[in-house]
Amino acid sequence: MINTRREVLKKSALIAGLLMQSLGYMRSASGYQQNAFDAKTVLELYKSLGLAMPVESKQIVLTTPEIAENGAVVQVAANTSLPNIQRWIFLVEKNPVPLIAIFNMTEQVAPAVTLRCKFAQTSDFIAVAQLSDGKVYFSKKEVKVTLGGCGG
Amino acid sequence: MSDPMRIRLQSQGELTTVKILMSHEMESGQRKDDSGKIVPIWNIQDVIATLNGKVVMTAEWGGGVSKNPFFQFVLKGTKAGDKLSVTWRDNRGDSRTDEAVIS
Repeated sequence: MINTRREVLKKSALIAGLLMQSLGYMRSASGYQQNAFDAKTVLELYKSLGLAMPVESKQIVLTTPEIAENGAVVQVAANTSLPNIQRWIFLVEKNPVPLIAIFNMTEQVAPAVTLRCKFAQTSDFIAVAQLSDGKVYFSKKEVKVTLGGCGG
Repeated sequence: MSDPMRIRLQSQGELTTVKILMSHEMESGQRKDDSGKIVPIWNIQDVIATLNGKVVMTAEWGGGVSKNPFFQFVLKGTKAGDKLSVTWRDNRGDSRTDEAVIS
């Protein structure tokens, strides 16, 4: 009796494991990384994207306003002389959801990207560059916000 | 059906700067309405750009992208007559595709 119970437990654990795996696969197949957009802190976010801790780089140039009167529309831009960039990740550190956008780059586009995003409050804007060799770099710049962008 | 995107292309040699203005509410999922209830998130999640049918860039966006998103990037190795197509899809399943030809 104990044996069979053990067997059943073992099997159900195995099945649960398989289910989890296939769920993970389905998520990655659909493309949109919801878990990354659920992350509430920058550290959580790096973890959910499976990134190594980024190293600060002067080769990433950010263009941001010093002061934004309206946090709902803040234009930010990133460019880099680092070669073979595969992915840009745009973050606003102190937003309730720090992840703003992920850009998957190819050889057909230059590394310069511009986007308008929301700032809930004065915060660092962080651009993370993932290179094709897996190395991860970042640069950050503070934007002072006089009126928040998320309402409340 | 949502309003069309405005796509502006500026070519200089083999580089083409692409400026896109999309029409979307981009509700962040953080805002509360007058009765104090959170307004559910409604945002563009996926953006795909193709040049002559080949994917050149994809993006995933959260609710932190501004309302009526403005997005700019630069295409390399372009020539007159190349066709750029941009598609977005939001979390309600709505989508929109617009095209522009490099002159």
